[in-house]
Amino acid sequence: MDNVLLATKNLHRSFGGVHAVCDVTFNVPPGAIKAVIGPNGAGKTTLFNLIAGTLTPHQGEVLFRGRRITGRKPHAVAAMGIARTFQTTKLFGHMTVLENVMVGRHARTRSGFIAGMLNLPWTWREDRQTRDKAMAILENLDLTSYAPETASNLPFGRQRLVEFARALATEPTLLLLDEPAAGLNIYETQELAELIQRIRDRGITCLIVEHDMSLVMNISDEVVVLDQGKQIAEGPPAAIQRNPDVIRIYLGDDHA
Amino acid sequence: MNLSQIVQYGLAGITVGSIYAITAIGFNIIYATTGVINFAQGEFLIVGAMTAISLSRIAPLPVAILGAVLITTVLGGLIEIVFIRPVKHASVLRLIVITIGLSILIREAMLHVWDEKVRSLPYFTGTPVSTVTILGAHISPQILWVLGVSAVIVVALTLFFRFTRTGRAMRACSDDRMAARLCGINDRWMVTLSFMLSAGIGAFAGCVISPVTQTQYDMGAPLAIKGFTVAIVGGLGNSMGAVAAGLFLGLLEALVMSQFATAYKDVVAIVVLLLILIFRPSGLFTRSDVSALRTV
Amino acid sequence: MMRLRIYYPVIAGVLVIVTLHLVLAAADATYYMTQITMSAYYALVVIGLCLLMGYAGQISLGHAGFFAIGGYTVAVLTTYNLATHRSAPLVARCHSLGLLVEWQDLYGREILSFSPWVAFGAALLLTAIIALVIGMPVIRLKGHYLAMATLGFGLIVYRIALGTPILGQADGISNVPPFPLFDGLQVNGRAPFRVQNYYIAWTVVLTAVVLSLNLVHSRVGRALRSIHENEEAAHSLGVNTYRYKLAVFILSALFAAIGGALLTHYNGSVGPSEATVMKSVRYVAVVAVGGMANLWGVLLMGVLLNFLSLRGVFGTFDDAVFGGILIGMMILAPQGLLRASGVRAIVSRLAGRSHG
Repeated sequence: MDNVLLATKNLHRSFGGVHAVCDVTFNVPPGAIKAVIGPNGAGKTTLFNLIAGTLTPHQGEVLFRGRRITGRKPHAVAAMGIARTFQTTKLFGHMTVLENVMVGRHARTRSGFIAGMLNLPWTWREDRQTRDKAMAILENLDLTSYAPETASNLPFGRQRLVEFARALATEPTLLLLDEPAAGLNIYETQELAELIQRIRDRGITCLIVEHDMSLVMNISDEVVVLDQGKQIAEGPPAAIQRNPDVIRIYLGDDHA
Repeated sequence: MNLSQIVQYGLAGITVGSIYAITAIGFNIIYATTGVINFAQGEFLIVGAMTAISLSRIAPLPVAILGAVLITTVLGGLIEIVFIRPVKHASVLRLIVITIGLSILIREAMLHVWDEKVRSLPYFTGTPVSTVTILGAHISPQILWVLGVSAVIVVALTLFFRFTRTGRAMRACSDDRMAARLCGINDRWMVTLSFMLSAGIGAFAGCVISPVTQTQYDMGAPLAIKGFTVAIVGGLGNSMGAVAAGLFLGLLEALVMSQFATAYKDVVAIVVLLLILIFRPSGLFTRSDVSALRTV
Repeated sequence: MMRLRIYYPVIAGVLVIVTLHLVLAAADATYYMTQITMSAYYALVVIGLCLLMGYAGQISLGHAGFFAIGGYTVAVLTTYNLATHRSAPLVARCHSLGLLVEWQDLYGREILSFSPWVAFGAALLLTAIIALVIGMPVIRLKGHYLAMATLGFGLIVYRIALGTPILGQADGISNVPPFPLFDGLQVNGRAPFRVQNYYIAWTVVLTAVVLSLNLVHSRVGRALRSIHENEEAAHSLGVNTYRYKLAVFILSALFAAIGGALLTHYNGSVGPSEATVMKSVRYVAVVAVGGMANLWGVLLMGVLLNFLSLRGVFGTFDDAVFGGILIGMMILAPQGLLRASGVRAIVSRLAGRSHG
């Protein structure tokens, strides 16, 4: 409870005979940056989907703050404080950047159908707060100038950042980042690393799926390694780098 | 009900049911290659029958039917080329809406070309009153034609998809269009072909059932609904399931007709549709069998 | 507060409506108002459908069914003569609760039936329940499942309307009394009430538009748009996509039912032709050509196309026109006619924003 924010226990999920995730068990301590790595097809995104509620595990449990969240629907998981970004950017293309981030505030706001239709005064205040908080996040990420732009018009790197901002708007305790560095160049990746650390310093725990080893090794406190759905290793980055099993799955037998 | 009545209703049910099954297979073929539910599927049957009826005035019946099937097949291809293909990056929903519009246009065109009178093709063999006796029941030989044609269509399609290069290419497309394209398969042509195939078998089915149920310009929509129901019950894309489901629906309708008023016959299909959507949208016969028609 | 700019078109709309009245009165052609009034009630359906299709991204091929449920419910409840059962306990109870009214119909017969207010409330309740029952299992499935389920639903409503004696079967129900609102205003199709009903209809429609505008620009509207843009992302941000889609479905059904109920009082009758698949397809076509998520465009097209259809402008090609519109729109301009470049500048100026 205190030293474990997220725990997965014997998570298992298959698709028509293929074991995408097989007996995966690990913990994420609060305030940590933990990375999940592994070759393609290792089951990393499936793992995220299991945690975030998009998929239901066939076996095993997911515990968040000690409570079972296995199989809860994504919107409920989000309301509990787990936010995620996606491998391929899933922005709301025809909406503005500001609106995208405002949607992130959805779980923390209340006005519903009736209040919305009648345009009740208390919704004005809530809407203003939503807008202000969204703008604050955009400022934090240096995106203020993009606020009124249609999201799909932004350059790719900025779009990734907007997705970040949107996830942050949910005021998460745990942030799941699915390959955040995908498609970013060296400078952007460096900025990303700093951003993730800033986020962690503000008290948000991060679980990252990543291929970019430099990013992983530089900023992670712990690393979990998956291969073909199975958990191969877990530990601090330095130990993982020297782990023969890990080396083998990446480079083949000769180098172990 | 005595045995001969049961046989009578049963055969009537199977007859209509096999037409539903063919319509459902038509849905499946297009769905498999494009993910689109072709609302105009029912119209293919009617267009085929109407065309054959007109042609039969100037040509012997087999020629008329062949001509109608060919014309409808071409029509199906044209529809795809003109209305479906140019729509780039369309969501499945948009394409479905297009097919809805198409079904209306085709129906209205039929109304203006053929008017609203009820017509039918002549019986393939014999006369409207000739009968064949099976298990004490007197049935029209046309029923045997329907069952025979349906069986031939199903077998031919199975062979086509399993053993011919084009058939396998279509299956590849339905499994993974991008991969198929990378293998050199002309996926756009496969889509057109799927429309043509569905139109063709639809036309054939429409012709063979016409003497039994008569043909009227607006019968396409109810047929489409029932065909869709059968496709869903059998599992979208599963054509063996469609056959089973089609026969099931046909028999169910016959049962309802024998016990209640005829007016409620059409309601049966809709109720089945709603029930299956509510309880088991993936269909009763989910795709665990590896039959050659699996992806069709 | 709230961006007042979104209300400018409402004011413009009011001006247009009043101007139209004055023009018709000057030209001594107020009889056009009847068909405009009818078109307005039909437009109510497409406004709700616009919310469903344009914002929640769902398609319904059975909205004529909801329209018919609204119309038939009020028709049955306000015309079914309970006079002969006056002494039955249930009837007496209703009477003492003020739920029943006594009136004389066209033929001078004494009728004891439910008051139009009660009937209206019943229509709304029934519609909401049915929409809930149909929507609940189907909304979680892919779009075309809802399309088919609503198509099937619409067909059942049509069959029931056509085949049930108490609903008048092929003839429908006539002699539906007017709906007295308050202050002498009543929903009534007869000539003396023509102008009054013109304004009543437009008040109802504009109210619906204002409510919809408010919704679209609220937190819920944002959530709906996000669902339409990318449902998975919206879900991961805390939007209960299932509940929202279901809610919009029910809301759009209610709009349709209100249109049906009021039009039935206006026409004094309702028939199975209101529940046909073609009617449902028309509504979809109007939303498509108005620009799926463009409330004003949809309203404009709804009134215009229905008016033209009622005047018989399309002749025997009525259905074909709507079918053609549907296809044309989907292929050429899925964002609607009014989004086409030049027109868009004008419209967006009027509406103040992209989601007017």
